[in-house]
Amino acid sequence: MLDDFMVRAALAGIGLAVAAGPLGCFVIWRRMAYFGDATAHAALLGVALGLAFHISILAGVLVVSLGMALLFQNLTDRGTSADSALGVLSHGALAFGLVAIGLMSNVRIDPMSYLFGDILAVGTGELAVIWGGAAIIVGLLVARWSALLTTTLNPELAQASGLSPKREELVLTLALALIVAMAIQVVGALLITAMLIIPAAAARPAARSPEAMAIIAMIIGVAATLGGIFVSFAIDSPTGPTMVTVAAVIFALTTAASRLRG
Amino acid sequence: MTLVTLKDVSLGHGATPVLRNVNLSVDPGEIVTIVGPNGSGKSTLLKGIVGSIHPMSGSITLQKGISLGYVPQKLHIDPVLPLTVERFLRLAGGTTAQQAHDALRETAIEALAGQQMTELSGGQLQRVLLARALLNNPALLLLDEATQGLDQPGSARFYQMIADLRDKTGCAVLMISHELHVVMAASDRVICLNGHICCEGAPEHVASAPEYRALFGSGTQGALALYRHEHNHHHHDDHTHHDGCAHDA
Repeated sequence: MLDDFMVRAALAGIGLAVAAGPLGCFVIWRRMAYFGDATAHAALLGVALGLAFHISILAGVLVVSLGMALLFQNLTDRGTSADSALGVLSHGALAFGLVAIGLMSNVRIDPMSYLFGDILAVGTGELAVIWGGAAIIVGLLVARWSALLTTTLNPELAQASGLSPKREELVLTLALALIVAMAIQVVGALLITAMLIIPAAAARPAARSPEAMAIIAMIIGVAATLGGIFVSFAIDSPTGPTMVTVAAVIFALTTAASRLRG
Repeated sequence: MTLVTLKDVSLGHGATPVLRNVNLSVDPGEIVTIVGPNGSGKSTLLKGIVGSIHPMSGSITLQKGISLGYVPQKLHIDPVLPLTVERFLRLAGGTTAQQAHDALRETAIEALAGQQMTELSGGQLQRVLLARALLNNPALLLLDEATQGLDQPGSARFYQMIADLRDKTGCAVLMISHELHVVMAASDRVICLNGHICCEGAPEHVASAPEYRALFGSGTQGALALYRHEHNHHHHDDHTHHDGCAHDA
């Protein structure tokens, strides 16, 4: 069954959506959308480094994404505003990545497949990476759930209850780098943040607790993935962007429904 | 045995300290109020005691195994985060539904358990935060301008609740306020802060101290007169002045 590229694509998308649902909730609760973008853009440079040094692309993406997060921390600690630090890092990393890929004349790769992903080309090895990564992310979030939420609400409150806000932030940074590395082939560097934010935002009107929001976001993400694959097959459109389109339509529907009700 | 002791503590966020050479301690059951103008280092002091920033010099010693209750100045909850009052209280590790319920009764807001945090009024939110702080039976309750945004009767009720809690549970309270005239009836000791400790002592003493007047002017005279009128039967005389106190005003 795993021979069928459609089945592999669906399983890859579901794995991503399961991890992106709860992680995406934290991204919007903590207003980290732009940070997610910067991490994703840096991934392109990671792809180039992975190819240049003959290490796995996954490792290259993880290293560069984490480096980006640390650099960001360092810049903002020294007084650069978060907004401009992210602006510089995000687009700087994207440009560096494109230049690096362009310079590698000996490797024939299409930057488009990393910018927009190529979910239909996912192999069984990558599928294992995606589900392994999803298990790690969901495991991390479940284990630290209350601590992460308390830190999100107020770092001093977390500190007073004996938690370390810095450690909890590191958990989220790690999870974000991991999901970017997993997702770059599925939806591509430009649309990873969309799969984090849109299902979570679409889940908000239907949820009355943080846990419900995370689970509903998972379900919406899975629906968008399957719907996107189906629609892209029917109208022959690029699959990654179609998944994001379906997610955006679901967001519009849940938001409109909550307006009508309330 | 003091609950917390600060020895020659300097605290700050960057290279320059906001607070210099602060010495203070809080005893069990005591209500200590810190007053001071904006930027005087009040919140920084509390953050140092909570442990979210480390002293640049000097030492902050908490009693071994002490449990702290912290009420932040404000809690901004993004409307994008759905959270009921009960769920918020139960975020504190190991809190049972019964404990959450008891804490809500303690702060007289049992009816709010199922309410979304973002739908609370300012006064209700402060009581929820206080309930959260009471969950682990704190020996020391830290309040950072907990009545910001409340009107004067609202703040007075809030401080009355704090005083009642202290009488009932015996916890010490260290709180920041800019409304000395509102909190003084409930305070045992007042510390006037402006980058360092300017003066400290019994509330009425601090209110009439030249250092305090220099910082806050005489805008609170009316309320102070009222206070004196109501409380002139017991006059505290235990107080200390610190030397080297320079003011711009």
